[in-house]
Amino acid sequence: MAVMQDKRVHFRNKWLPYLFIAPQMVVILVFFFWPASQAIKQSVYLEDPFGLSSQFVWLDNFTALFTDPHYLESVKVTLVFSLATIGLSLSVSLLLAVFADQVIKGANFYKTFIIWPYAVAPPLAGVLWLFLFHPAGGVVAYLLNHAGIDWDYFANSGQAMLLVVVAAAWKQISYNFLFFLAGLQAIPTSLLESAAIDGAGPVTRFRTIIFPLLSPTTFFLLVVNVIYAFFETFGIIHAATQGGPGGATNTLIFKVFNDGFIGLDLGGSAAQSVVLMIIVMMLTILQFKFIERRVQY
Amino acid sequence: MAKLRSILIACCMVLMISATAFAATEIQWWHAMGGKLGEKVNEIADKFNASQSEYKIVPTYKGNYTETMTAAIAGFRAGKHPHLVQVFEVGTATMMAAKGAVYPVYKLMADMDLPFDTGRFLDGVAAYYTTTDGKMLSMPFNSSTPVVFYNKDAMRKAGLDPSHPPRTWPELAAVSRKMIKAGVVKYGFITGWQSWVQLENFSAWHNVPLGTLENGFGGLGTEFVFNGPAQVKHIQQLADWQKDDVFHYAGRRSDGNPLFINGESAFLMGSSAALAGLKDNCKFELGITMLPYWPDLVKKPRNSIIGGATLWVLAKHKKAEYKGVAEFLNFLSSPEIQADWHQFTGYLPITYAAYELSKKQGYYKTMPDAEVAIKQMTLNPPTPNSKGLRFGNYVQGRDIINEELENVWTGKKTAQQALTDAVERGNALLRKFEKANK
Repeated sequence: MAVMQDKRVHFRNKWLPYLFIAPQMVVILVFFFWPASQAIKQSVYLEDPFGLSSQFVWLDNFTALFTDPHYLESVKVTLVFSLATIGLSLSVSLLLAVFADQVIKGANFYKTFIIWPYAVAPPLAGVLWLFLFHPAGGVVAYLLNHAGIDWDYFANSGQAMLLVVVAAAWKQISYNFLFFLAGLQAIPTSLLESAAIDGAGPVTRFRTIIFPLLSPTTFFLLVVNVIYAFFETFGIIHAATQGGPGGATNTLIFKVFNDGFIGLDLGGSAAQSVVLMIIVMMLTILQFKFIERRVQY
Repeated sequence: MAKLRSILIACCMVLMISATAFAATEIQWWHAMGGKLGEKVNEIADKFNASQSEYKIVPTYKGNYTETMTAAIAGFRAGKHPHLVQVFEVGTATMMAAKGAVYPVYKLMADMDLPFDTGRFLDGVAAYYTTTDGKMLSMPFNSSTPVVFYNKDAMRKAGLDPSHPPRTWPELAAVSRKMIKAGVVKYGFITGWQSWVQLENFSAWHNVPLGTLENGFGGLGTEFVFNGPAQVKHIQQLADWQKDDVFHYAGRRSDGNPLFINGESAFLMGSSAALAGLKDNCKFELGITMLPYWPDLVKKPRNSIIGGATLWVLAKHKKAEYKGVAEFLNFLSSPEIQADWHQFTGYLPITYAAYELSKKQGYYKTMPDAEVAIKQMTLNPPTPNSKGLRFGNYVQGRDIINEELENVWTGKKTAQQALTDAVERGNALLRKFEKANK
């Protein structure tokens, strides 16, 4: 702490620092607090789509949510989807990064190819996967069916979930890969070399040196991936499964979109986004409180 | 100096050109017709614009039906809405309830002193979009009805006579089994738009109600009742047919069409408006016939109901502009435009005059298949169970039905359970709609 205090800058004018942060504050107020407050307001009203009449209904929209078994089902679906997506994308990208880190010849070639999918917009990723796996016209679906696998995610909940998880994870692998690779390259080679001299094999080196030293990166990626899985995957689900079959891939964010923009149920949709906002806030706090302590910076 | 003068002249010319361009009052029309249909929409607008100089119709493609409707509603809230918007049939109740946001077509036409006779439209079309006292609120534009498309070549290969396609559900199942056994197809039939075809039209076709109060036409207090014995029996039968591939579930919209086009499925139940696309893509002789019925439920089927969209006029524009909107709607429902639209797209001819004109032009002689849909829709005069439906929040309602039907196809629920759950969940939506629109 002593070191930190020495770094503090003292302004002679009391208002100058506030002026400096003002632009940032304006951006946050306009693009975050204002929409969020609108969502909170909307969530306690029952309104027709055109906004011609609206009634204050207290917490009716929320009670309707929590007494709806399908909403709770959607919570479950979201948890399964998010855990699977985060687990898959983090582990695969870590594996790829470890390998790419050791490649000497053509390293740039590999890196570029692995980073490519990140340039694909989520809805487009959904459409790509749809073209490959569509039961009625997909190329891979056709091959799978000929290989004796009854691929039909319109009538198979498990396959539908698998498809969106893999598509969502694939989309995020590039991003995670970049950070993991940067993290790996920041690990001093002298540490690894001395460990090797002491007789530590590659697995031990990874477990005792690389992984702990990567923990800040992993922690950061965990936060980012949670937010990704919760909020940014709806394009993929929208394009590939539309939440089906029978709600098997109806995640919370897709439900917000569907009820709000398709169903035009603004109050109910706003209530859901408030809930979602609270969930993500809690998750982030939890992560910073408990996981961050174990992270070695 | 010469340079300055030429610039000045250029400026004057630009001003003059834009002055003439601004002289025509622009009428914005948002629609959901992509691809070939969108080109046809532009052609209609061009024809109208060329026919007079006072108004200029500007059609804009806004995405699929739900996207178009959402865009118009968001536009209205922001005060930047179009004059005309194309809204699909399930959005009808929402638009009707939005008094103050819409300008009813019958009123617009009366205000502008233009002739408007609801009797010109086919009964089944008019009934869907008029109030209980016969006032038409939106202008019918593109209406279709579900029919059965079938693969004539495959029937022949299985030793069956394609000029006698199955007329009842048991016949359809028997024919399907034969064809699967003969190895000419993989599946018997698939269906698009399951809620529309297998529940809404099924109920109209068998004259059983979907909801109380004349399927919602009688008021906001309507309740769903589509978990009756007829519907439960039908849905359960479809589920059972999945086991031997007589029925195959292939998605909510028209996702399954490729299975029919590539010959894997013998029959396809879908919108009559798919005809043009299927004709282009199918490499076999395409047949088209009416929906099957259950002989143990009815001696004869009733009539099918429509889907598709109408044009709604939105409020809060200038009076002078509404004159142009009215003129355009008048132009749009003229027999020539409608007959051309019908023949090009496979949508129904929405007026009797357009139907007559198409007959006179010999269209059904060259394309007898195109008449099946009209005949099926006008087979019998509509009853309260078969004139259509009007349920609030029905976009979401259909989603629920889709979800619950999928629970039947995936084997999670029985038909009885799923339909009862769908009725319960749907009724909650109807009550919410009733409360929001009191």
